[in-house]
Amino acid sequence: MDVFLFLLFAIIAVVCAINVVVQTHPISSAISLVGVMGSLAVLYLLLGAEFIAAAQVIVYAGAIMVLFVFVIMLLNAGSEVRRGRSIVVQLLGVPLLIAFLGLMAYFVQRLYPSAASVKFGAFRGGTALAVGRALFTQYLLPFEVTSVLILIAIVGAIVLARKELD
Amino acid sequence: MNFFLLSLIKAAVVAFVLLTTLAYLQWVERKVIAHIQVRLGPSRVGPHGLLQPLADVIKLITKEDLIPPHVNKILYLAAPFLAVTMALISISVIPFGTEISLFGVRTWMQLTDLNIGVLFILAVSSMGVYGVALAGWASNNKYALLGGLRSSAQMISYELPLSLAVASPLLLANTLSLRELVEKQAGFQFGFLPNWNIFQGPWPQIISFVVFLIAGFAETNRVPFDLPEAENELVAGFHTEYSSMKFASFFMAEYANMVTVTAMTTILFLGGWQPLFPERFGSHYVPTLAFAIAGAVSLYHGLNPARKRDRLTLPAAAIVFFAIAFAFALPAVQSALVPLFWFAAKTGFLLFVFIWVRGTLPRFRYDQLMGFAWKFLFPVALLNLLVTGIMVALFS
Amino acid sequence: MSGVPVSWYLLLSAVLFALGVAGFLFRRNVITVFMSIELMLNAVNLSFVTFSYQLRQVNGHLFTFFVMVVAAAEAAVGLAIILTVFKNRGTLNIDEVSSMKDELPREPEQPVKTVETVDITGPLVKT
Repeated sequence: MDVFLFLLFAIIAVVCAINVVVQTHPISSAISLVGVMGSLAVLYLLLGAEFIAAAQVIVYAGAIMVLFVFVIMLLNAGSEVRRGRSIVVQLLGVPLLIAFLGLMAYFVQRLYPSAASVKFGAFRGGTALAVGRALFTQYLLPFEVTSVLILIAIVGAIVLARKELD
Repeated sequence: MNFFLLSLIKAAVVAFVLLTTLAYLQWVERKVIAHIQVRLGPSRVGPHGLLQPLADVIKLITKEDLIPPHVNKILYLAAPFLAVTMALISISVIPFGTEISLFGVRTWMQLTDLNIGVLFILAVSSMGVYGVALAGWASNNKYALLGGLRSSAQMISYELPLSLAVASPLLLANTLSLRELVEKQAGFQFGFLPNWNIFQGPWPQIISFVVFLIAGFAETNRVPFDLPEAENELVAGFHTEYSSMKFASFFMAEYANMVTVTAMTTILFLGGWQPLFPERFGSHYVPTLAFAIAGAVSLYHGLNPARKRDRLTLPAAAIVFFAIAFAFALPAVQSALVPLFWFAAKTGFLLFVFIWVRGTLPRFRYDQLMGFAWKFLFPVALLNLLVTGIMVALFS
Repeated sequence: MSGVPVSWYLLLSAVLFALGVAGFLFRRNVITVFMSIELMLNAVNLSFVTFSYQLRQVNGHLFTFFVMVVAAAEAAVGLAIILTVFKNRGTLNIDEVSSMKDELPREPEQPVKTVETVDITGPLVKT
């Protein structure tokens, strides 16, 4: 069951990620990226990270990507014009990419022996309680610093995007 | 019993009850708004218009399913599907009652209890914004685009006070699981006041209850926040170009969101399926009493009918009410049905408040609406969270 | 039924990161480039959570949380910058936003045009 769920959502993630890179219109890329984030949230659940999975959907897929979709709709930019590429590049591109990924797969497999395996429910330390406890004791300083960072981002975004009052 | 089979049966039951409730919620809304506006509402199709939802469904299914020529087909077809899916998924974690044992199987009246239940509901409602935004974009129509953008901006702006208002009772309850949230509101203070979150603990959660309800109005695009979809505003907002079943999907999604928001209010603030007063004062007999009174009133009006047709329908309704009252009085099923009655009564009351507000208040202008969220509701919710945190830290 | 080897999660993270880099390098639309950056950040998040599982500690989740927060702040400011660039240059093609680049002029410069973006608060409102 673990293997089936992992393969299903990994394939969905990779297909959506390829779609992000390949599609010409930005809105299709944005929707595909939401698909990537949704399948990653399920993979986080399989890894026992339940709080992070919920945060991924709420923050990343539900707020950041909505912001992207808004900006794409506001700017109303059309599809990208695909310029011609040489035949050599088009023929060699995909096989080289697959060879590169195969090499990467081989090295990753060698570094990590297959003895360690991910079973759903083997790690129960990803609850909101555990994350909150670590967040407010061990990582308190980064937490406060990120709140200042968010304040800076809010002020910056408002200043950059406001209408000039004439 | 096998877990999957049990979940399938429960899911089928919940889906059936939910879809029937959504259809009849529309009937209730039309009748209540009609009576607020001193008119009758649906009264021709079936007794008192009770078959009106069926007539509407038949009309919507048999209408021409038009796809306008210049729309973005994939997104046009995906948007109502996304809206409905997200609206219906969020019912799956709501606890309707206690643990019951039916035909030898012990199970909770809840499809599943996640220990991040509250976050799940917030996550699914964040994803519901996409249905509206993509509907506006895909329609290739400037009114739909503006309506879609306004509506999604409104929904994400009001998610902030919603989340902060949710965080305050969570400080009192110390858990994210919906079942445990309800269980922690059991018991009574001073012998008679229920231990609900709006009465409880070092800081009663009345402010966050009001903030959550107001943010809930805005999240579900209901009056007074329904500018993006009002019919006399932007033509019809984001669903201008939709017809028949896809249009019906958007409305089903809106009513399902309403049910989710009222169910969440009940669970977070009003104690879920906990009764209003202790059992030694007879709270087990409240449903029996309520339905018996309803039956008596129907019988009285049936004997002195206003219309000739009511001579048949009202006594029939009275018989149904008396049968339900009798069912609630049977001690065998009482422990299972009475918590369900309390949950349904509280949620139903909040739905009535939603409909009442729709019939009463005018709508906000868009800039007033956004200013209200960012300049008033968000600081109030934040201050309430701060005070709740301080009180919990000092007194427990 | 045995579980999934940890290396498969890391491989998935590497593949997503590689796809993000490919999108970043090859696409011309600035919003798609930005989305490729978000894809890279997501791939790194998956790595963090995987290692957190392997070491049975919650620290990886904390790092993921901070990456998400920083990505949110970066997305807000970056999209505001993109809006401003679009208002001033009228194009979303990063090849054309190159007026600071030192090169021999090849063709006459296109006149700078300001473009109206969609104003969702409505033109009637003046408060």
